[in-house]
Amino acid sequence: MSSPSRKPLPVVLPETNISSSPVSTLAPKPSQNTHQIEWDRVAAKQEFKDLMATKKMFIVPAFVFFVVYYFALPILVGYAPSFMDTKVWGPVNLAYFFALSQFFMAWIIAFLYVKAANGFDKLAKDIIDNLSQDSAAKLANSRGGN
Amino acid sequence: MFVVFIAITLGITYWASRRSRGSSAYFAANRRITGWQNGIAVAGDYMSAASFLGIAGIIAFQGYDGFLFSVGWLVAYLTVLLVVAEPLRNAGKYTMADVLAYRLRPRPVRAMAALSTLTVSTFYMIAQMVGAGALVALLLRGSGISYHTAVVGVGILMIVYVVFGGMLATTWVQIIKAILLMSGTILLSILVMAHFHFSFGDFFNAISHVSYHDKGQLVVKDFLQPGLRYKPPYGPLDLISLGLALIFGTAGLPHILVRFYTVPDAKTARMSVVWAMILIGAFYIMTTFLGFGAATIVGPDFIKTHGGTNMSGPLLAQNLAGDVFFAFISSIAFATILAVVAGLTISASTSFAHDFWTNVVHKGTERRPGEEVLVARISAFVVGAVAIAIAILLGPTANVAFLVALAFAVAASANLPVIVLSIFWRRFNTAGAVAGLATGLLASIGLILVSPSLMGIDPPTVTGTARHLFQAKPWFPLENPGILSIPLGFVGAFLGTLFSHEPQAAVKFNELLVRSNTGLGSEKATAH
Repeated sequence: MSSPSRKPLPVVLPETNISSSPVSTLAPKPSQNTHQIEWDRVAAKQEFKDLMATKKMFIVPAFVFFVVYYFALPILVGYAPSFMDTKVWGPVNLAYFFALSQFFMAWIIAFLYVKAANGFDKLAKDIIDNLSQDSAAKLANSRGGN
Repeated sequence: MFVVFIAITLGITYWASRRSRGSSAYFAANRRITGWQNGIAVAGDYMSAASFLGIAGIIAFQGYDGFLFSVGWLVAYLTVLLVVAEPLRNAGKYTMADVLAYRLRPRPVRAMAALSTLTVSTFYMIAQMVGAGALVALLLRGSGISYHTAVVGVGILMIVYVVFGGMLATTWVQIIKAILLMSGTILLSILVMAHFHFSFGDFFNAISHVSYHDKGQLVVKDFLQPGLRYKPPYGPLDLISLGLALIFGTAGLPHILVRFYTVPDAKTARMSVVWAMILIGAFYIMTTFLGFGAATIVGPDFIKTHGGTNMSGPLLAQNLAGDVFFAFISSIAFATILAVVAGLTISASTSFAHDFWTNVVHKGTERRPGEEVLVARISAFVVGAVAIAIAILLGPTANVAFLVALAFAVAASANLPVIVLSIFWRRFNTAGAVAGLATGLLASIGLILVSPSLMGIDPPTVTGTARHLFQAKPWFPLENPGILSIPLGFVGAFLGTLFSHEPQAAVKFNELLVRSNTGLGSEKATAH
């Protein structure tokens, strides 16, 4: 009971303090350097760059699309109210259907993202699996944040 | 009904308090909440009094324009899903500031982030308490229980959940409340459709002919027609401003962001957003029935004289199925408020204890094990007391959905720019983060103060809380400041970064990048 409760305490290890406080940069501890080099090495790996590129290829267009699609609604409703009031089905106008379509747009993008993200997970897992045992252990146990 | 909810939730609180030991347990439920559980809890945290009472009210009075609130409220989750949820889970521990402080100097960044968290939570809380006030005033008319007693009762319950149960109890309270809210809304929607003999044609025909009195004149309006709330010249701009605040504000709401720390990993965080989106979307589509149903079946005239806009949903229930159903729906609304206030309180007190007390005042070390949780419990108590005081001071005046939209504007202007830049911009540094948080916070609050909501010239016939705070022509023409304050937040962050030099901030960028994208070294779930 007591050991798991102690583990996640927000204790700042000396090495994290060094990189984040400008006063103590003169004497970086060796452990900090090796950790930092490990992280930089992973970041420089081709597999990691591929992961970032793959993510970008989905996330950037998806983000741009949803922002454009969403803001088309207030812009059209605000500046072309009579056009948006065009009756489509009985008394129901274009404005209502366009607003309703936003819900389905959001669900579809979320669904596509989940499918794409399964691929990201695989790439990330490959990166972790391909790390040497030594550096994997180092990184997994290095406490970040402060 | 309401008593049953209280009994069950107090039971959960007792169970949770026996299981909660240590910081990770108290603040993050040991990170063992599953995806669908957290998804329902996120939805519960999100579907506040603003949604259930506020949006229904705006639609009932201003038709289609109110429905636009519903749309933005869901679409906003795409920003959470695509941009912030997973990096946050991978790189943080308990609060939004964990990610910001990752490669920046922790003390100034955390102090500002804690201030902004407390501000957003307070705005949100005001809205909930106004909703609670309106509800209590209507429910207890003639019952002998005063408004004050009821609000104090609500406040004490909420403090009990948070202080003793921590995140685990708060999560389960959210889950139960979300399920109740969904069932109530589905039931109410079915009753509305039954009223129209399950004919969408009849329903929408009625919506296109809503009659009510405006300045003594009987008018008939098509409630599907846009522009009833957002009228020229500034209406369209205000609508875009509202959209910006919603789309970029949700990803900066502290009480939503902390939920992603309660799950074991980033993939679960992702799935919980998807679960939340399914529920939230379904709920907001049903505001069509609640809002337009109230407009057509009850009518704006009746609602205005029986508790005001925020009471549209409960009054609809009373009209359709009598007093028992009215009590049922009101209890759900009440449970909703209670649960959301608990969620707000835990995120505010976590931020105060973890960011401000431990990391700013005591430079990142707990002097004794358990100190952080103790401070959080004390601050939960204080936050609760402040909420009670605000609720007693405020009358049920403004529409709660509108008030919450202001909280979103503050979150979008202060929190979102710095979260995004710290994850994506290598050059970003401490001065940038502090400047971004400060400009976003000041700009959004400043613009709200000089907006038409608080500034305006009232005729002498308007008295009491309905009067504008400042009797002058508004300096800023829009109700929602987002369109100006969000860019200002970004500009502040950019300028602060460019005018300062901090190579240390860039050194750990690779580490943050790798961590947030692969989950290497992220906080693990703990056994209990």
